[in-house]
Amino acid sequence: MSYCLYCHQSYTERWSWTDLFGLSIRTLLCLDCEDILELVKGDICSICGRSFSLFPEQYRQGDCCNDCIRWEENEDWTGILQQNRSLYVYNDFLKEVIAKFKYRGNAELIKAFYPVLKKQYKKISQQAFIIPIPLSEERNYERGFNQAELLARGISNHIALLLERKTHEEKQSKKTRDERLEQKENPFIVIEPNKVQGQKVLLVDDVYTTGSTLRYAAKVLLEAGAKQVSSITLAR
Amino acid sequence: MRFVSLFLNNRLTIAPEHLVDDPGLKPVPFSELPFTKPPPLNTSFVFDESLQQILHGKLLLLDELPFSIETLHEHYENGFIDYQVGVSRTKYGHNCGRCGNEKDRLFASFSCYRCKSETCTYCRNCIMMGRVSQCTPLLSWTGPKVQWSGENKLEWDGKLSSGQNVASQRFVEQVGLDGELLIWAVCGAGKTEVLFKGIEKALQLGLRVCIATPRTDVVLELAPRLKKVFPHTMIASYYGGSEERELPAQLVISTTHQLYRFKQAFNIMVVDEVDAFPYSYDTTLQHAVSRAVTPDHFLLYLSATPSRLMKKAVKNRKLSCVKIPRRFHGYPLPVPKMVWSGEWKKRLERGELPTPFVNWIREQAKSGRRAMIFVPSVSILKKVTEIIRGMVEVPIDCVHAEDPIRKEKVEQFRAGEIQLLVSTTILERGVTVPFLDVAVFGADHNVFSESALVQISGRAGRSKDDPNGQVIYFHYGKSLEMVRAIKHIKEMNKEDNS
Repeated sequence: MSYCLYCHQSYTERWSWTDLFGLSIRTLLCLDCEDILELVKGDICSICGRSFSLFPEQYRQGDCCNDCIRWEENEDWTGILQQNRSLYVYNDFLKEVIAKFKYRGNAELIKAFYPVLKKQYKKISQQAFIIPIPLSEERNYERGFNQAELLARGISNHIALLLERKTHEEKQSKKTRDERLEQKENPFIVIEPNKVQGQKVLLVDDVYTTGSTLRYAAKVLLEAGAKQVSSITLAR
Repeated sequence: MRFVSLFLNNRLTIAPEHLVDDPGLKPVPFSELPFTKPPPLNTSFVFDESLQQILHGKLLLLDELPFSIETLHEHYENGFIDYQVGVSRTKYGHNCGRCGNEKDRLFASFSCYRCKSETCTYCRNCIMMGRVSQCTPLLSWTGPKVQWSGENKLEWDGKLSSGQNVASQRFVEQVGLDGELLIWAVCGAGKTEVLFKGIEKALQLGLRVCIATPRTDVVLELAPRLKKVFPHTMIASYYGGSEERELPAQLVISTTHQLYRFKQAFNIMVVDEVDAFPYSYDTTLQHAVSRAVTPDHFLLYLSATPSRLMKKAVKNRKLSCVKIPRRFHGYPLPVPKMVWSGEWKKRLERGELPTPFVNWIREQAKSGRRAMIFVPSVSILKKVTEIIRGMVEVPIDCVHAEDPIRKEKVEQFRAGEIQLLVSTTILERGVTVPFLDVAVFGADHNVFSESALVQISGRAGRSKDDPNGQVIYFHYGKSLEMVRAIKHIKEMNKEDNS
């Protein structure tokens, strides 16, 4: 018997043949909670990895979503982020789960997703530098930990803390899309640029919302000489 | 933040690391400091009155206090504040200084940016109120108490029923003494009015009173009523997201969870729905009640469905008890009807509902009366709602505990914009809607305990203009709990006649 990391209810694992062969990968949540999570599956945008089944057809062109086309059409941003892949749809339940670990500080809850993150990582990219999106000094103190770093540690034991966030800005989640896109100065700095030269990089963050955070981070890394930058997030 | 320990004026004391300019001292997480005696009270120190008002009778984290660490530490050095370890190590594991949690699985550790420890342990049980960890001290006020104003007149001209009056008198007699009392009142007896006189007496004696209830909905309903009848008293409501938590208040209405924030604050504690989940279930909440009261205190329990343990204590005369078996409007409680409806679980899997239930829904829709339909779980909730939606064309919706717009939906239901409301047991208490019928779908499921069923049945017939609401248990084989619940209701009605 185990206890759900989110709702603390005890539960017994669902048993099937895939378990016997070690093929099923599950979160450390009870079945009721896990059932409310929606895995991103089916047709997805080839860049940002969002599921096409969840939004109207007119926002899609070919295998890309309109948002990504807008990014790619802007010459400052063409090809900056090679691709993003996300595990779950950012639904109301996942919003609450993320709020609980991010704003309430329940760091342990992040571990619920470790098995699934590892599996996804194996699917998309290996031999890349795993770099979590950093927090500013103030925010890191306030939370006591960086949720992106904890997610990254679930992917691999070897992570590279090569980015730094310069200033204490307003939380991204409090800004509108236009405000996020407008910000001129890049908030990130690469700490040891020589280390990323010619390397592939995999960025890790909790949520992909507009994609601007990840693109700003990708941009400084490419400027420092990285070969290619892609990303993985928990929610999209 | 870390702390250092140092000798100052021949005394071992502690201080936040950045307030002491000595690189020779080793900063450590708060829980690793050596034991130090708190400094004695310096009566000539001019303390901050707003800090006193916020912190008196409380146990708070640094993050919860809108004061600089310099100000707070100055109060510590003058004996006005005490620091207490947040999470301490015990022989077998850990102990949370705020909620008293000792369960190993409800602690976790993380690499902490504040104290630089790789394994800073924190409590997951009370995390919703801010993180208590090994490096966070809990602060309490050790300076002079807040003085309450004497103006506390009750302004209420309603009348108590005879049953209410007896209970009210008993409470008034006990105010100012130590002890405990159970008021066992049927759903709809009017428990709140019973409290008025006793609270008035306590407030006038300068005592501090708290009404604790397990549900936020009840806090939101009670607070305005009490503010209206005690217009001169300082009253604050405490619940997750409340904005009144910094007000100094002599009368506090709080969710049981928020009691974690108090320490030796109340002379009188009224515990509402003492049997309700999660209060009776969670021992850390009992710990919270016992810490929130002063050493001499009076505990008043309110319940419509006391637990078996409590009933036994009453029978053995270990707990004194007053019963109010009659509703304030004088009509008996509606007695539930049991309707066998076959293997409802299997039917549901096929996307169908049992015929007796379907017939009832159709009739209900035709009659235009509002109804609440209780179901055993969230997954069943969604299925049942969908099927009913496809069947009848009346406004229908569903609510469960995690529903972000639960409050709005209940309001809509009250206003008559929703006719059929499907709910999990979350709305079994406190919701009062006139002209209402009640159904329990799958009443034999084990979430429906005797007390849950009695509470659910108590939703019907609350208004004196409609005292005979319908209550139906749809089941696949009577459960013991269903039989007990019906017996309970009949007994209360009988007691009323005697």
